[in-house]
This record gives sequence, structure tokens and C-alpha cells, in this order.
Amino acid sequence: MKAAAFEYCRAADIDEACGWLAADDGARVIAGGQTLVPMMVMRLARPTRLIDINRIAALSYIRKDGDGVAIGATTRQCVVERDATVAAELPLLARAVPWIGHSATRARGTIGGSLANADPAAELPLIAVTLDAVLSYRAGGKTGTMPAHEFFVGAMVTALPEGACLTSARFPVWKGEKIGIGFHEVNARRSDFAFVSAAAQVELGADGKCKRIAIGVGAATDFPMRLEAAEKQLTGTALEPKAVDTAVRGALAGIEPLSDLHASADYRQRAAVSLAIRAVADALSDAKGKKTHAH
Amino acid sequence: MRIELNVNGVTRTLNVEPRTTLLDCLRDALDLKGAHAGCEHGVCGACTVLFDGVAVRSCLMFAAQAAASAITTIEGVTPGPGELSLIQDAFCETHGLQCGYCTPAMIMVAHALLADNPEPTREEIVDAISGNICRCTGYAQIVEAIALAAERMRGVNRPRSLNK
Amino acid sequence: MTAPSHHRYVSTDRRVREDRRFVAGKGNFVADIDLPNTKHVAVVTCPHAAARIKAIDKRAALKMPGVHYVVDGAELAGATLPLLTGLDTPNVPRRPLALDVARYSGEWVAAIVADSRAQAEDAAEAIEIDYEPLPFVLDAEEALKPDAVLVHEAHGSNVLLDKTFVWGEVDKDFAVSPRKLALRVKWGRSSTVPIETFGVVTSWDPWREILDVYASIQMPRYADQIGLALKIPTTSVRVHYDVDVGGSYGVKRGIKNTVLCGYLARRLGFPVRLIEDRLENMRGGDAHGPERLFDVEVAFNDEGIVRSMKMRALENVGAYAGRSPFQLGKPIGAIVGPYKIASVKYQAIAVVTNKTTQDAVRGFGQGPTNLALERCMDEVANVLGLDPLEVRRRNMIRHEEFPYLIPSGTTYDSGNYETVVDKVLANTSYQDLKAERDRLRGQGKLAGIGMAACLEPSGGNATFEALLNPAITTSTFMDSCRINIDGLGAITATMHTTSSGQGHETLVGTVVGEVLQVDPDTIRVTRPDSLNSLPSGTPVGSRMAIMLGGAAFHAAQKLKDKLTVIAAYDLGIALERAVYERGEVFDRNSPDKRRTWADLINIAHRNYHRMPEGFEPGLAAEHIYQVPTGGTLPTKDGRVQMYPCFSFEFHLLLLSIDPDLGRPEIVRYRLGHDCGTQINPKIVRGMTMGGIAHGIGAALYEEFAYNDDGQLIAQTFMDYLLPSSHEVPAVDIVDHETPSPHTVLGQKGSGESGYLGAPAAVANAINDAIRPLGISINTLPIKVSKLGDLIADARAKKGN
Repeated sequence: MKAAAFEYCRAADIDEACGWLAADDGARVIAGGQTLVPMMVMRLARPTRLIDINRIAALSYIRKDGDGVAIGATTRQCVVERDATVAAELPLLARAVPWIGHSATRARGTIGGSLANADPAAELPLIAVTLDAVLSYRAGGKTGTMPAHEFFVGAMVTALPEGACLTSARFPVWKGEKIGIGFHEVNARRSDFAFVSAAAQVELGADGKCKRIAIGVGAATDFPMRLEAAEKQLTGTALEPKAVDTAVRGALAGIEPLSDLHASADYRQRAAVSLAIRAVADALSDAKGKKTHAH
Repeated sequence: MRIELNVNGVTRTLNVEPRTTLLDCLRDALDLKGAHAGCEHGVCGACTVLFDGVAVRSCLMFAAQAAASAITTIEGVTPGPGELSLIQDAFCETHGLQCGYCTPAMIMVAHALLADNPEPTREEIVDAISGNICRCTGYAQIVEAIALAAERMRGVNRPRSLNK
Repeated sequence: MTAPSHHRYVSTDRRVREDRRFVAGKGNFVADIDLPNTKHVAVVTCPHAAARIKAIDKRAALKMPGVHYVVDGAELAGATLPLLTGLDTPNVPRRPLALDVARYSGEWVAAIVADSRAQAEDAAEAIEIDYEPLPFVLDAEEALKPDAVLVHEAHGSNVLLDKTFVWGEVDKDFAVSPRKLALRVKWGRSSTVPIETFGVVTSWDPWREILDVYASIQMPRYADQIGLALKIPTTSVRVHYDVDVGGSYGVKRGIKNTVLCGYLARRLGFPVRLIEDRLENMRGGDAHGPERLFDVEVAFNDEGIVRSMKMRALENVGAYAGRSPFQLGKPIGAIVGPYKIASVKYQAIAVVTNKTTQDAVRGFGQGPTNLALERCMDEVANVLGLDPLEVRRRNMIRHEEFPYLIPSGTTYDSGNYETVVDKVLANTSYQDLKAERDRLRGQGKLAGIGMAACLEPSGGNATFEALLNPAITTSTFMDSCRINIDGLGAITATMHTTSSGQGHETLVGTVVGEVLQVDPDTIRVTRPDSLNSLPSGTPVGSRMAIMLGGAAFHAAQKLKDKLTVIAAYDLGIALERAVYERGEVFDRNSPDKRRTWADLINIAHRNYHRMPEGFEPGLAAEHIYQVPTGGTLPTKDGRVQMYPCFSFEFHLLLLSIDPDLGRPEIVRYRLGHDCGTQINPKIVRGMTMGGIAHGIGAALYEEFAYNDDGQLIAQTFMDYLLPSSHEVPAVDIVDHETPSPHTVLGQKGSGESGYLGAPAAVANAINDAIRPLGISINTLPIKVSKLGDLIADARAKKGN
């Protein structure tokens, strides 16, 4: 399994990378390579040119940015995994990152790479959608932005414009006394791609009721989805189990889940419901300062 | 294309195709046969080397990308001809291998783990090696090898990491 | 560890000497071998499940950079003979490259030789092949139907083997039994999938007329098959047995790879190398394992005593067959497992379909058969409302009943099953396990206890060959060892086959050291090549501890005897007075009269005048060892002694299932293991744990899944799921040693341990867990989604 031949170059900055992309339809950027290289050695991807963006220091950062945290596209997943700012400000992201692949792949894989790859089962797209992240990209010397829910449009398909390169993802931070998070995945083996995943973030008011809630489900459909109907129903409530159950089931009633070698559509439907309910329950417990479920 | 690779402390200039993976470069151009090809698509981990002290899959990197980083292979952690490191010796003590094909990779992972965490729990060891598939041992004696190595390293008055 | 032993080195906690080179990355794997001027091979594969090959256009490929040659099936067929098969099926020939018709998706149809593997792959894409897709069949039961698509038209049907055996009064036993039950059990298509793929390097020396073969091989008669196919004498084939094999567990057969490369090396005049990449390996490496459908019926009484069994085993061997149908025959030698079933009817059917070809897998069919048998035992218990452990106890052969003759003609050598079971339960009380199960159920989980009691036939007396193919009259199954003590007293012992992690060098050193009473670590063990070797049956059938151990023992014994005779003669005493101890020989009556090791070496090598009359000088001995209890062929009614020795294992585990997600998790795992004398306990434990991991994989994760178009959809490790350290729980193993009366040290085999019983134990645990829902599952692998759907359906029906 050897890749088809290609030209290789290293970009010193993002505009140089975009220049290469614009010059050649078959050119692709390579960052961590953890998904691109397997596709290349199996000859499912055959770029004519690889533009290595790993050394663009300006794309690797984690910093507070007003009421959010911005993460550069070439920031390694393992760096995000260990970052104190992320742990403090984006606990849902911090909870999900260890579930991405294996530590050896997180050592190289990047935030931007995973988002741009848009695998239906990937954790980062789910978190991006759940937290309403805003993605930035560069193309032809100009910067553009796109909210996560517009970015992911199909299985392995994004709305990134032709010749553009992702540059960062900015995650809004929820400010509040009682924030709680929940994250669940089900797979055959612990480190596999999820069959279904669910993420939830909850903010409780002083009255202990749900002031704000975000629920995302991944891997069940072509791209991650928010359970907006459930979120509306549950805002302002005490998030009692029955209400959560009803709201989640209702929000997932109409989906057309993926079916493949690993899981049937029926399975994904049911697991989506189960995991979303668990994620919300965990987020509630977490917000109240209590222990949460084991996985 | 010409690239410079820093492998086991020595910088070498090599001529490789862009599509040559780091794994193939190590094995073919540098004659370092300890890293092995098991799947060439980043799942089995038999190709694991250290990249600036961190365990990575060398089959998922093109050699051209690996310049300007310190690469360590099994040959680089073997103290000398016929000499075993403490970790290698622990693997021999517990028989943490059979066919030997996944073994250099497991040992590199052990090195990275113990440099970072000198007192790993069983769970942490299991998690650390979970990206490396072994078909021979069922993992039990590998976990014991790493635990034994950790215990012996703690008993020896030595710096935590030889790479930092 | 093991019971206290009277041995000096055997059974002690010794390091495995091979480990030294592997931890330094200094193994000698086939991909490490760099012969000058070697060229690289990539194969071109058929994308269709079945297709006529109408034309192959090599022109574009030949023009590509670095390309030296392109060979297709027609050229290869003209120059070589088809590969050996086990059954008499001349109309089902097997060749390295498809000839005229390709019969599975992934079958090799052409091969490119180029300066680099990458260039060979580039050129493989440029080959233009005109295929005419043909109808195909994938399912074994479909393949049996009279109107089925024929995989091999000339054969006239898809059936390679259909043989029924009746041992004992089966019909009568069924008639008089008050209870019967029938079960359908399916062992899904999986395999042991080593991390190293098969690789081979061949090089032809026209001046010496020798084909050098370096390969990651584990196969009997490898040199024979190469010579036959290439139509060269076997004295022109030099297989290098000192190549380290990166795991095999049965499957590293690679004969088609070898014949292809052997032909190319001879044709082209430079060394040729084919290292399968993972896609070539999974789709076309012909290393798939059994895919077996069992229909079992047992007849029993109200106490749960099983009197008789009928078993129909239908095997889907894939598009071609080498030895694989014999995997239906080997289990005959332990067809009743550890139980006193009095009569058995067994029907073995092997069919071809348009799937990847199968080959030998660890256990050679025993694991699937144990699954069927152990599921029956649990269902017998279930039907009667009895405890499954109690049912097994009532049926098990008791230790005083050995040697025990089973209906199919094999005698089990020894065993103490009840003690092994007791030892497991002393370690973990059954009551505690049940209590824990109930606690898990109380928490809303599904939870089950699973067990499996099964045998590991060992010793490799493969008379199933003659049983399934009467044209075969092989009753010789041998292994060998040659020992030389050199002029300075250093000992070298040889073994004559490859190894894939079993520690055979350590085995030989330990046994020779034990007999000669010298430190095993001072004994060199080497592997001469095939031209310098004595016969070896190779590491199959869990035979090496018995056979190589036996050969080494006897060769060493011959040397010990020689040394004693030389010493007695030189001391001028009667032989009966000479005592050998730690390499020295002394006079029993006056121990000061002795000859040291150095003395004896000196006499043997340099002082012929002091040697007994007619004695050969030097100190060399060899032994070629026939399998104990071997040497007979089947009777007319299909009875025969198969393997000589029977190890025993008892698995007991507790498993919990998240009912909403269908995800199983093994909570506790206990194993009792008895393989007689353990020559090296570290090796035995490693084998067992590895076998359990393989078994968990087969039970829960691994499947070569095909879609309706006959495409293998699990062709990478992203879809063929191998257990990682997370998936294999800690296992408590208790050992027992019931020596075999047939072997030199009482040792039995352990190369298949764990794998033979783990899938059955896991399947039984899952069934115990879901039984309260009124459902069962008898098809492996039991995947999360399948289990989840099954549970959801049952709950829906219950109005849950």
C-alpha cells in the first residue's frame, strides 16, 4: 500500500498554502495526516501535490478570545487534551478529545484536520456543532467564517469553499455558576469510531432549573445534529428524567440513521436516544456538582 | 527530494520520493529494521517510533514531513550491541512477547509512557498500549513487563527521561 | 504456577531466549532480508466475485517506470503444476494466479515485477483486464442447492466433501432417550490475522541449481510443494528456517505466493520479493478461517446425561481448497469433548463458494466444534432447569476412567477434569459469581455466567487425512533433532522448521539441558535450512512440545548413553556401575573414580585409542521421532486413533451487557488449564492468554463480512476489528498437571489453549444474560449492533 506519486511542498504561511491550492485542483493540505495518509496509501485519495502546513506556527494556538476560546487549525489534538484553558473554559471539548482515536493519533492529528475531514462519527465535529463553534478559513487572501452548523453538510463533505484552508475554530464559552457537561459514545472497541455519540452542556439557574441546554448527536447521521426541539422543550425545566426522555425521543423521531457493517439504522436510532438521555443526565449531575455515570 | 532526518541522535541527509513514508525510509534508506509494517494504515501500531519523545505511527507520516524533529527508534533505545535497556530486560523477564513483531513498538510506547508517568496504574498501562495490537500474547505479560519496568526504574536513581 | 516438579530445568521459571533479539528489534523477519538486486512484486486482483478473464493487456504497465515483467495466469499455468490439495478434487485446481476464470473478489490474476513496490503498484493500476462477470454464490446452504451456481463447472457440484460417520448405536440411543434437543450454531468467518502478513523472497542460483526461499511460513511439506509445483527436485529447494515468523497461528501458508515468486526468480534471474500488503492479505491471501454451520442434536435423560449426538457440519471453504476441508476431520479425534457421550453420527460437508480461500487456523476446526458442543450442554441444562456446571460434571469423563476410548476410535491419554474445575472454583466461588451476576442484574444490566469445558488435542497425528480421503495412507508424523557436542565440549542442537513465537529454541535447549543435566542457556539451538534438515512435521496440531520435545529428548538421551558407555569403558567398570551426573560419569562403588566432561570430550574427539570397540568418534546423535500412539490407519467403519494427548481447559466468566446499547463487557474471567508437564511456564501462559484474546475476537469482534455483491467489506483493520488491550480482560489462570503417559516428560500441547474454549464460554455467557428475555443467539461474532437489535426486539415483544 504505497501512495500514488505527488509533489510535496511546505508552506511558510497560510497564504502561501492557499496559493498552492489555487494553482492546482489536485493539491491538498496535509496537517496531521492521520486520516489523509491511510486514504492515500489505499489510493482512495490521489492528490497531485501535498502542501504541508504543519510548520505554520501562526496556525497553532489556544487562546481566550473575548467570550470564547479560539484554537488554531494545526493545533495537535494531544495539546488540546492537556490544555488548562480548554479544561477550564471548554469542559465538553476536554471531555471528548480523549475519545478521539488513540494517543498516537492524537499526537499528530489536528483540530482543523478532523473538522475538515468531517467524518460523521468524529468527536470534534459533534462538539463544534453542539457548542456553536465558528470556523474560520482563508482563501485567496481573504478570511471567511462559517458557523459549525453550516459547515458540515454531508458525510465527509463540508461547505469549505474551493481552494480554502481552515484556519481556526472558535468555541463560545458558557459563563455561569452551574455549568455541567455530558458525553457518551458507543462503539465495538473503546477506541473505534463511534456508532453513535452524544454531547450535552447544561447551565442551571439559581433556581436549579435549566437555563440553557445544548444537545448534540453524532455518528447517527451524515453529520452531527443538534436536538433543537428538545432543547427548546427542556429549557426552563428541572430536566426530570421523564421530560428528558420525551423530548429526546421526539427530537430524534424523524431521523434517517446510517446503516453499515458496524451498526444497523435501528440500532443507531435507539442508541442515539439512550446516549442523548445519558448525556443530559450527566450534564445535570455535573452542574449540580454530583458524580456522573461511568461510560 | 533531499531531506534531513534526525534519527537516534544522528542527522542524515537522504534522497527520498515525497511518497516514501517515514516507516519505509527508516527501514529501507537507513536500514533500521526494528519498526515493522503491520497494516500501513495506522491501526495496528507496529510501526510506532518516538517523534520528539512522543509515540507516533511512522506509517502515517511521509518522511519529508519528519525533518526537524528528533526521531527515536528501537535501535536508539538499545544501549549497545548485546545490551538491553531496563525496559527491554523487563519484557524479557515477564515474556511480554512471543513472535516479536509488535514488540519494538510496544517498547517505544513503554518508553514514552514511563518518561511521562513513572507510576502508571494498570489502567494507564492498558490505555497506553491500546493503540498497539498484539495477536500473540493477549497483552497480560506486556502489561506486566511495563509495570515491572516502572517498578525497577523507580528503584534506580536515574533521571526520568533520557530524551528531554 | 505449576505443581512442584522433580525436574531441574523443565517447568522452572526460565526466560525465553528468543526474546532477547526481538526486544532489540533484531529479529530476522522476511521483510528485513535484503538480497542484492531484489525486485518487488505487486499483484493485480479481480474486482468481481466471479468473472471470466477475457483479455489481459500488459502494454501500458510494461512501459511504466521501473517495471521489469508482468506475468499472468496463463503463463504461470504453462510453467507450473497446480498446488497440492488435501482431497481428491482434480477438477478444482488451485493456482497462484487465476487461469481463465477468477472465482472470488480479490483473487490474484496477474503480478508485476518492478524496482520498487510503489512502482509495481503504479503499474498494477495500468493493467487493463477485460472481465466478463459471472454469476456467483456466497452462502454455503445456497451452494448446496441442486440449482446452485457452480464455482467450478468441471467439478459438477459445489461439494468437495460429504462424508457421514456413524460411531455406535446412534439411532437406538436416540430412540431410548426421553429427551432431545436440536440447535443450529454458526461460527462466522474470521481468522487469526497475524500482524505480519505473509512475505516471501526467492532467489535462483543457476550455477548450483538452488532456489533459496525466505518466507514467513508455517506449513508442513512446504519444500515439497514448492518443488512439485515448480517441477524442480526438492534438492533444488532451500528453505531458510531461520526466518522469524511474525505470528501465524496456522495461517501462514503462502504457497501460492511462493510458487509465483519462485517461478519469477527462475524466469527473470534476480531475487524477487512479495510482501503482502494488508489489502492483498485480507482479500486474497487465502488465510481466512472456518465459516461453519452446525446442526446438532443431542439425546439425553432427565438427569442431563447426554447419551448420543448427531452433528452436521457444513463448511464454506471459499473458492478453492488446499488443506482446509481437513478442518472438518480433525475434531473427530475429540468429537465428544470431555464427555462420555456413547455414540455419535457426524456428517462433514465442505462446499466451495465465491469467497476468499480458507486455510488452516489455530485448532484446525476444534474451536468451532467446541462452540457447538458447549452451546448444547448449556441448552440441555436450560431445558431441564439444571445448573450448567452440574450438567457438565455429570457428563465429564472422570480421572479414573483414563485412558478413555471415544466412539470415533481415539483414546484420550489422561486427564483430571474434575480437579481442574474444582481448582477454578476454589479460586472463585461459583456462589460469589452468581451473587455478582444478580447484583449486576439488580442494577439494570443484563448479566450472565458462561463456561466451557474443552479439550486441546495435541501431538498432530493427522489421521483425519486418511479418514476424509482414503487415497491418503499417511501414518507417519514425525519430528527430529540432531545434537553435536564439539571438540571443546560446546553443545549445539538443531530443529528443522520455522517458529512464530512459540519459543521452540528455548524448548529444545531446556529439554536437552534437562537430559544432559547442563544449563540450557549454554546450549546453542540452530535451524539449518531444508537441505540440511531432518524431517519435521512443522508447528501444527499443537504438536511441538510433544514432538520436538520428544526428538530432542531422545537425541540427548542417546548422547548421554554414549558418554556413559565411553566413560565406563575408560574407567574399566561394568556399565551398570557408571553413573552420569551433570556431565560427569563416576563409578557408583567409588565416586572418586570419575571422568569429567572435558575428559569425555577429549576421548571422543581426540583419543580414539581409548574408545570402545567399533564406536563412532565424535559426539553426535540424532533422533527422528514418530508420534506416540501413531502408525495406524482408519478402520472400515471410520475409526482411528488421532492425536495422542489431550490437554484440558475450563473457562468460567461473568459478563454484563448494557441492555440499551447491547454492549458486552467481560467482568471476571477464570481459567483452569491442564497441559500436563509445562516445559516452560512463561511460554504456556503466554499461549493461553493469546488464545483467549483470539477467542474473544472471534466471539465478539472479528468477521470477514461480505456484501451481496460478493465484495469483502471488512478488508482493512478499520473494519476487521482486532481486540486491543482494552478488549482483553485480566484472566486468572490456575494450572494443573496431569502428565501424559505417552510423552517423554509428561508434556501435552498448549499452542491452541484459550482459543478453543473462549468463544464458547463468551457465547454461553451472553446467552445466560439474555435468556430471561426469552431469546438466544448462536451465531458468531456476536456484535454490539446485532445483540442490541435482538434485545430491543425482545423487549418490544414483552411490551417493555
